[in-house]
Amino acid sequence: MRQSHRLNNIGLINRDKVITFNFNGKSYQGYEGDTLASALLANGVHLVGRSFKYHRPRGFIGAGVDEPNAKLQVTINGHSEPNINATEIELVEGLSATSQNCWPSVEFDIGAINNFLKRFFPAGFYYKTFMWPKSFWYKVYEPFIRKAAGLGVASLEKDKERYEHKFEYCDLLVTGSGPSGLASAYAAAKNGAKVILAEDKPRYGGTLLTDDVSIDNMSGKDWSEKIISELKKMPNVTLKNRSQVFGYYDHNMMVMFERVGDHLSNKSKYTPRQRLWYIRAKETILSTGSIERPIVFGNNDTPGVVLSSAAKEYMKVYGVLVGRKPIIFTNNDSAYETAFEFKKNNVEPIILDTREEHDSEVVQEAKNKGIQIKFSYGVIVANGYKKVKSAKIGKLTKDKKSFESTETIKCDCICVSGFWTPTVHLASQSGNKLKFDEKIDAFIPDKSKQKEKTIGAANGSFTLQETIESGFKTGSELSSKITDKNNENKIPTVTETKYSVHDKFWCMPLPKNENPKRFVDFQNDVAVSDIEIALREGYRSIEHVKRYTTLGMATDQGRTSNLNGLQMVSNIENKIVPEVGHTTFRPPFTPITIGTIVGREVGMEFMPTRKTPMHEWHEKNNAVFVDAGAWKRPRYYKKGNETLLEASKREAKNVRENVGICDVTTLGKIDIKGPDAAEFLNRVYTNAWLKLPVGKARYGVMLREDGMIMDDGTTTRISENHYHMTTTTAQAANVLSHLEYYLQIVWPELNVNVVSTTEQWAGAAIAGPKSRDMLSKLFPDLDVSNEALPFMGYIESNLFGVPARIFRISFSGELAYEVNVESNYGLFMWEKMMEIGREFNNQPYGTEALSTLRIEMGHVAGPELDGRTIPQDVSLDGLVSKKKDFIGKNSLGKDAFVLENRQKIVGLVPTDRKSSIPEGSHLVENEKAKLPNPKLGHVSSSCWSVENNNPFSLAIVNDGKNMIGKKLFAVSPLKNTSIEVEIISSHYVDPEGKRVRS
Amino acid sequence: MLHINCPFCGLRAQKEFAYGGDATVKRPEINKEVSKEEWDNFVYMRKSPRGKHIELWHHISGCRQWFKVQRDTATHEIFKTAKMSEEIV
Repeated sequence: MRQSHRLNNIGLINRDKVITFNFNGKSYQGYEGDTLASALLANGVHLVGRSFKYHRPRGFIGAGVDEPNAKLQVTINGHSEPNINATEIELVEGLSATSQNCWPSVEFDIGAINNFLKRFFPAGFYYKTFMWPKSFWYKVYEPFIRKAAGLGVASLEKDKERYEHKFEYCDLLVTGSGPSGLASAYAAAKNGAKVILAEDKPRYGGTLLTDDVSIDNMSGKDWSEKIISELKKMPNVTLKNRSQVFGYYDHNMMVMFERVGDHLSNKSKYTPRQRLWYIRAKETILSTGSIERPIVFGNNDTPGVVLSSAAKEYMKVYGVLVGRKPIIFTNNDSAYETAFEFKKNNVEPIILDTREEHDSEVVQEAKNKGIQIKFSYGVIVANGYKKVKSAKIGKLTKDKKSFESTETIKCDCICVSGFWTPTVHLASQSGNKLKFDEKIDAFIPDKSKQKEKTIGAANGSFTLQETIESGFKTGSELSSKITDKNNENKIPTVTETKYSVHDKFWCMPLPKNENPKRFVDFQNDVAVSDIEIALREGYRSIEHVKRYTTLGMATDQGRTSNLNGLQMVSNIENKIVPEVGHTTFRPPFTPITIGTIVGREVGMEFMPTRKTPMHEWHEKNNAVFVDAGAWKRPRYYKKGNETLLEASKREAKNVRENVGICDVTTLGKIDIKGPDAAEFLNRVYTNAWLKLPVGKARYGVMLREDGMIMDDGTTTRISENHYHMTTTTAQAANVLSHLEYYLQIVWPELNVNVVSTTEQWAGAAIAGPKSRDMLSKLFPDLDVSNEALPFMGYIESNLFGVPARIFRISFSGELAYEVNVESNYGLFMWEKMMEIGREFNNQPYGTEALSTLRIEMGHVAGPELDGRTIPQDVSLDGLVSKKKDFIGKNSLGKDAFVLENRQKIVGLVPTDRKSSIPEGSHLVENEKAKLPNPKLGHVSSSCWSVENNNPFSLAIVNDGKNMIGKKLFAVSPLKNTSIEVEIISSHYVDPEGKRVRS
Repeated sequence: MLHINCPFCGLRAQKEFAYGGDATVKRPEINKEVSKEEWDNFVYMRKSPRGKHIELWHHISGCRQWFKVQRDTATHEIFKTAKMSEEIV
């Protein structure tokens, strides 16, 4: 297929490699090295999308990150992604793209009716229209707005691509490889600094690739290639193309987005698609260059209106003509270069210059080349709907507010230049307060806030000489501070055209009796008239104008529109631009994929998985796992077609009747040592610890300073100055930090050390009436009688040669033990228990049975210790010492905590003895009462009591035990249930605690 | 992401640390009578200054030491870090 607008003998693309791609169902060809945009333009395609609000036809305006229009739905390798900038994505074989925000097609879009209704869609339209009636919001307005909002369609399929994160440190990060970036990176590298040079585009060199300059008698492109090849040889330099530094964060942390695999047609399995770099740089050079801004005129969004710099780039880099009958519409010298480039390629341009009869080097050159120039002229309206066909141009009066004459001339593209805006986004993100430079009518960075220096065009220096000089100087200075080396640089000689002063002109007046839209922000469809409305309606702050009109709020962050918008406001308000101020620049500078942000932390890698030493056994024995923090714990061991409830009932019942074992390795374990350990525990726990004898365990509750329960568990005195503390699985890390806080900060005089030993010990609970018989078989040489190893006793022994710790503690409320061995022997211990337990009908039990057992015993756990309960609330009054001080004690006297009717723990059974009560249900007196129905409490834990064979729950309810005997309703709006319940004691089984002592 | 100079380990990324609040708050002494007001001030009342703030950080993924950091709450500038036994003036 013919590429109608491709030039021969120019461009940096690889003509030997033809790439076939698809756009809106039609097949096209381009070359390797093309972007999707340049390939489409090579085929004469300008119309690529429809605008956001009015669905107006839109084409390419820029050639890079500045592009506001060409956001496409792109599919590569079967993976579809919306809002891809066609000017940034490189062409790869099989790429398929479609236009967004249009239906049924980009050529014929029903939504374009909005364009004819545009006087009904002014700024603030949504705010004004969708206010009433209120009942319309959910069913009518919201779905409508949702449908209208957004551009492309996110894929609903799983992203199969690989993304990576990388952390890097360097002496100097240089963001942008234009002349200033190359010079500074080179100077710093020569000083031995560790340098990272990041370039957003695939090709290094920035404007050197398109500007007609010479450096040391080389073309800009050749010079940049020479510098790059030298940098590539230096081991202290990392060169990264296709990499956009998009965020400048605290303490000189930069985040960079690298497109690693997007441009590769066959990438290997382990090549990531994209990579996110976190770069901590000692110094940063912001050499981000500048972006050309358009001049605003009527229908300036018609496809075929492009930035003059983009037109030049399409020619010089891609060998593509954006048109064959171009108008160059400018207020400055730089656009003349675009005219020269057209001329070089045998295309006859016409230059409209808003300046009055003007003379400069480029004007002379244009005249010498025979290019027609019309001074004091500008484009008033672009004619043509889907493509520019002609332009109404006009000679401006002296005050530039009206026209002396107008005429219409034929053209197929309008290359517009309204001068240059430094790219100050990163500098602003770093905290740098920008200042307004009147010479260039734009903001540039002010005093550095972090370790950042902005140089080159980003700093408002628009001559190559200045840019290269400051590049070498800054690169050298910053690096020698770090490396202490000071390599002499020979600053190259530069030949360039000297530009004369530009015209401070940015918006064409409207002709009489015509009212075409003049767009300021293309991506969000904000026109001059919208800004006028906002100001007329009283919005003054630029931040408010921005939000009301959505000016600069699109994904292009107003790169081409910000300054024109500010000029507009300042003109109407009769203020100077710096008084109006600018809106805030926030990361990311360009949109980045969610995949890159997430990186490898997906699926199993979302968080680390902690497995106990017995995990493999559980897997082999049909355990169904549940996440407990990062841990995987067996929830139940499935037999046949059992449901969760059936299995947990079987397992719990077996504990009550025979014996069961449970993997309790996940409990937090903290080793506490030191002469003051007893005193420390005495302060940490609410009960007394000074007199706990060696070889005894004790249950304890610890509070936060505000009196709320933080955690509970048992702690055992292993020897005189050595304790073994257990915590709940969930609170293990917090408890350790808590203990360290008090030891290091509050009571550093206490001689105590704490260390986590959770990973060091494997633990198994043996629970049930037959547990002692089983234990005696596990430790045949040990006296495990009630006298030798009483409740809360502790013995050290060995399990078939393996050192073991035996604790007689119980969570299930049955006669029970916990055995700990060194982790490596965990599986050995478990298998021995399974083998020896067979004769006692031992069965393993999971967390669901474990919960059942503790709930019907009235033992509290996480759902009750939810950070809102004090010991008195959960029947732990007995554990609160009146004699000694402890963490949080002073809070327990608070008025709210001693209220008679405070919410406290009780038990619940459904009056029908059948209906399970959903956890989280609210307790109310009258299920039919009008809302808001006074809530008397909530259901914290629910189970099926295996002892009594009916549902049983724990609840926290007003007035606690005084409510026993009353009937309430447990209402769950989530499950849509309302169950009548009877309040009973929270101790449903063995209230005297005889079993644990048996 | 902040870059914090742990007095024991050196400069590390914020990821390794946990924030611990105002370092100038002193817990009333244990086993001593304390007025309700004093206690409530200790538990609940915190200044929220804009500017310099001496605060606690815990190097949880490192040496597990608590230490002091003097940071500007508006700019995140860190002026000094110090061991618990040292003063920041």
